[in-house]
Amino acid sequence: MSAPQQTADGDAILEVRDLNFFYGDFRGLTNVSLDIAKSRVTAFIGPSGCGKSTLLRTFNRMYDLYPGQRAEGQINFHGNNLLDKKQDVNLVRAKIGMVFQKPTPFPMTIYENIAFGVRLYEKMPKSEMDDRVEWALRKAAMWEEAKDKLQQSGLSLSGGQQQRLCIARTIAVKPEIVLLDEPTSALDPISTAKIEELINELKADYTIAIVTHNMQQAARISDFTAFMYLGELIEFGKTDTLFIKPKQKQTEDYITGRFG
Amino acid sequence: MSLYTRRILTNRIGIALSMIAMAFGLAALMWILWTLFYNGFSALSWDFFTQDTPAPGSEGGGLRNAIVGSLMIIGVTTLVSTPIGILAGIYLAEFGTTSRFAATTRFVTDIMLSAPSIVVGLFVYALVVATLGGFSGWAGSLALSLIAIPVVVRTTENMLLLVPTALREAAFAVGAPRWQVSLKVTLRAVKAGVVTGVLLAIARITGETAPLLFTALNNQFYSTDMSQPMGNLPVVIYQFAMSPYDNWVSLAWGGALLIALLVLAINIIARVLFRKKSSA
Repeated sequence: MSAPQQTADGDAILEVRDLNFFYGDFRGLTNVSLDIAKSRVTAFIGPSGCGKSTLLRTFNRMYDLYPGQRAEGQINFHGNNLLDKKQDVNLVRAKIGMVFQKPTPFPMTIYENIAFGVRLYEKMPKSEMDDRVEWALRKAAMWEEAKDKLQQSGLSLSGGQQQRLCIARTIAVKPEIVLLDEPTSALDPISTAKIEELINELKADYTIAIVTHNMQQAARISDFTAFMYLGELIEFGKTDTLFIKPKQKQTEDYITGRFG
Repeated sequence: MSLYTRRILTNRIGIALSMIAMAFGLAALMWILWTLFYNGFSALSWDFFTQDTPAPGSEGGGLRNAIVGSLMIIGVTTLVSTPIGILAGIYLAEFGTTSRFAATTRFVTDIMLSAPSIVVGLFVYALVVATLGGFSGWAGSLALSLIAIPVVVRTTENMLLLVPTALREAAFAVGAPRWQVSLKVTLRAVKAGVVTGVLLAIARITGETAPLLFTALNNQFYSTDMSQPMGNLPVVIYQFAMSPYDNWVSLAWGGALLIALLVLAINIIARVLFRKKSSA
């Protein structure tokens, strides 16, 4: 058992303890323990197949959709173990939102894309919903581009806009944590820059966990970085420290591009 | 001969062979269609739509009772099989991916898809007509529904399975329960495909004769009472085409043309719908 690698500052909003994950018989994660600091950006890096997306998908129980996938251990969120069978997964997902690699607008209008999630948990008059939609779009730096086409299909937007719509949709539900699974890997550099800027602004109100293949991106936007390899957490710490003075040989090899 | 010229020659022979095969298939189809149009068009007239099927030996007549009967039977079938088929398709694709019950349903649906329609007709005859004492439009709709439902179930399921996993996960990720994800997100994403499936099912049942022969039977008078035997195009065509009366044979051609045009129209609508959606 590896001791939990603690972060230096900030309150932990998620405490991962001895997490093991299985795809059928294959073990995807081995004894992962770490804290996700509140109102900070935590980045997960590592080569393909290292388990970083798998780890992210345990935070909102996304793996639950697939029989044969299971997690053991603890992920504590406000004193509850998220992995508990009795945990209502829909409530978990409303509190811990997720944005995916490919933009995934729902096949409905821009307005409805955002209202869909809100309506699931809150009943409100139309005027209040209008305000909420505007608020979410503003938060996602989408309002200026979207305000004149709220009734158009979300699919009519460009890739970068679609991704920001997805972020707006996630924020609209007012989650505490936003999980980003390689949110910019399908986007061009300008859209990527916009999303990164957005992440920087959002961290004041939300805790963000991001999986990225792009080490520069992790270095630019995150406060803490976790380096994973073959399903294990190799090193975890402040982003500056990890990138400038990594403690582990494997981390150094990876960030200097010697493997991965 | 160089390798290159040989390759060109092989290519030409290949193309020529496939052209011949295509011409052969197309010629047969064109022949059928031409015969149908040639014989059918002369039967189409005002009387064809406004008069009922003539008694043996009488002149003229039309197919009004059969056209109305067919439309009613098909209409009821559509109303019954669309919701059942779509809901079952959703169940198979979204809820029962691994359950044994779903696997069984899928298997039975596949069998139903390829079941000879006369078996379906006899089944409804034995189950409904013989026990409840009479041929009726309802029994006809029931038999046709048994043929249409599997088509709708399978197209709905197949369409839903085409929805990218990411979209489904994204809907779950905002905290939506499964039924909301299915009805409001994934089903909506494949709406055009599902509607196409329904239309193709209607096209499929429009020309079915055997199931109606044992259920709706026929009615030479105009009737909109679904609880009585009901006139319908396929059975009228079947009876009239083999009759010795010239006007009956001519009406049969006209009826056959009408069904062909109806199926053609449905297919065109389905294609347009599907294309518009998939290019969006």
